[in-house]
Amino acid sequence: MTMHRAIAKTAAETTLAEQFAALRGAGPSTRRDAAFRRFEEAGLPTRRLEAWHYTDLRAALASAAPLAKAPDAAAVEAARRSLASLARAGGTRLVVLDGRFVAALSDAPPAGVAVDPTPPEAPTFSEADPMLALNVALSLGGCALTIEPGRRAPLIEIVHCFSADADEAVCSRVAIALGAGARASVIERFVGARAGAQRHVSTWISLAPDAKAAHVASIEDGAGLHVESQIAHLAERAEFDAFGFVAGGALARRQIFATLAGEHARVALGGLALIDGRRHADTTLEVVHAAPRGQSREFFRHIVADDGVGVFQGKVIVRPGAQKTDGAMKSQAILLSPNAAMNNKPELEILADDVVCGHGATVGALDPEQVFYLQARGLPRRDAEAMLLEAFGAEAIARVAEPELAEILLSMTRAWLARRAGAAPT
Amino acid sequence: MLEIKNLSAEIKGKPILDGLNLSVGTGEVAAIMGPNGSGKSTLSYIIAGKPDYLVTSGQVLLDGENILELEPDARAALGVFLAFQYPIEIPGVATMTFLKASLNAQRRARGEADLTTPDFMRAVRGAAQSLKIDPDMLKRPLNVGFSGGEKKRMEVLQMTLLAPRMCVLDETDSGLDIDALRIVAEGVNALRDPKRSFLVITHYQRLLEYIKPDVVHVMAKGRIVKSGGPELALELERNGYRDYASEAA
Repeated sequence: MTMHRAIAKTAAETTLAEQFAALRGAGPSTRRDAAFRRFEEAGLPTRRLEAWHYTDLRAALASAAPLAKAPDAAAVEAARRSLASLARAGGTRLVVLDGRFVAALSDAPPAGVAVDPTPPEAPTFSEADPMLALNVALSLGGCALTIEPGRRAPLIEIVHCFSADADEAVCSRVAIALGAGARASVIERFVGARAGAQRHVSTWISLAPDAKAAHVASIEDGAGLHVESQIAHLAERAEFDAFGFVAGGALARRQIFATLAGEHARVALGGLALIDGRRHADTTLEVVHAAPRGQSREFFRHIVADDGVGVFQGKVIVRPGAQKTDGAMKSQAILLSPNAAMNNKPELEILADDVVCGHGATVGALDPEQVFYLQARGLPRRDAEAMLLEAFGAEAIARVAEPELAEILLSMTRAWLARRAGAAPT
Repeated sequence: MLEIKNLSAEIKGKPILDGLNLSVGTGEVAAIMGPNGSGKSTLSYIIAGKPDYLVTSGQVLLDGENILELEPDARAALGVFLAFQYPIEIPGVATMTFLKASLNAQRRARGEADLTTPDFMRAVRGAAQSLKIDPDMLKRPLNVGFSGGEKKRMEVLQMTLLAPRMCVLDETDSGLDIDALRIVAEGVNALRDPKRSFLVITHYQRLLEYIKPDVVHVMAKGRIVKSGGPELALELERNGYRDYASEAA
């Protein structure tokens, strides 16, 4: 479908075009050119684009912040100090500061894992998503991880942080390639962004036959804009477990494009979003079963308070010939205030005839019977509610296999609930 | 201990309690029997503080203090305990976590220090053993997937740990086979104490063979229509509730 754009460029779109022109002057690339053309054709996504129906980025993004410069020595030292207080998730820590991989802040890679400070050019993709195209066009840096075949890599923590006091934008990419039979667990943590910061990130995960990857994305700061694309490509018998934890970001959009390209591939996507204030958090999935006997599971939970808005769109596409596909999707939300909103849109597009696919979505308040039961046992109302909400979140986090990662997410959930309880009027 | 004066209440505009008067002495075990729909469960919920009901008149006094304006947790801290007819399932909350949180919440409300973990564990294990509760059950989410008997034993376990002064048992016998009923009743009887009162609500006389009441009240159409000794329960068993249904009409 061709997008006809009758309206003039917004201020943000104009700035983005200038930024791309400056970047192109420094080193042209046909891949970037093609990506930026695609972005320009579509412009910033609006409600008219089905995949962005609940998140009108064109309206929300009044202006595009200037792109962050490469961090200098002072910025690196400042980041070192602030990172010291960020408890490690464990394993190997890699740091992407202001959109660039910084070796001086990163651990040496573990055996069997190669870390390249410049991600390879993004593979061409057929998806037309304008923000993913913008990410490819404007990407400043990031890193590429290659796990050699058969290797079981220890936990890798990638910390994405900001050094600037100014309101800046970063645009970066991470590529993770697992060789045949390799295993890896990666957590990407997004920290240190101020309210004026804008972040465009993408993670490209490719799994060779029999590879297994677990990935956690954790948005922990108050970035004004967080747009994150995850692209996963699975060969036969590969397994991919991904979890998204959204505790921050004024406007957060996570979009996941997973393709089960080989037979017997398995994908499990999960997430927990904690949304308060006037925040808006959108998770949009597109899972494509392109080969027979694949399995996909999606399990997402949202807790929405105050004037927050949650969005879950899950699209599962079963291509012709992807017989014996087994798909199940579930989205559940608890709304804590009359102004809180949740938009659920599960979707199945099945073009094969021998498949088992289902989806379900629920939205509701905390169960008053449960609250009363706990209160009748002596728990003050707020404690009773916090206990029920923590349990609701914990059941989502239980999908994270690594206990140390699950514990980090759980403690952040508790902290969010405690902040809320503290801030609530009596 | 408990004194209820002229209590009237409704739910969604429908009157349920109609000027109910009831007094339970300290150390007394009182039974309330009555036909379905007489308002027995409503009475138990109003004592515990369930917010669904609108009290239109009257008082519920615990040792002279009107508790109707208190939140359910404040009533619990004062020593009110409701054993639910249908205990609520709480997914994701381990039974042990819940027990510790509720016990310590009540202690804090009374200005007492939290129980240490070893003291707490000892108390739970002892109570669980006497109620024949498998310790593994305490690791499972509260009441989730528990059988009817397990849920009722869990209620009595909570009552044992929280050591309330005023225990209200709402149809604790419903859904129990004879063996489970005996275990639950033994658990309740072990808690009988000159300083602790019980209000045992039941439809059938059967429970009262195991938990011997001092007093039996008959409830119909939202009020107490007759009070007497344990022999009243036997009379009801023989004659049914017919007489009372018409009397209250």
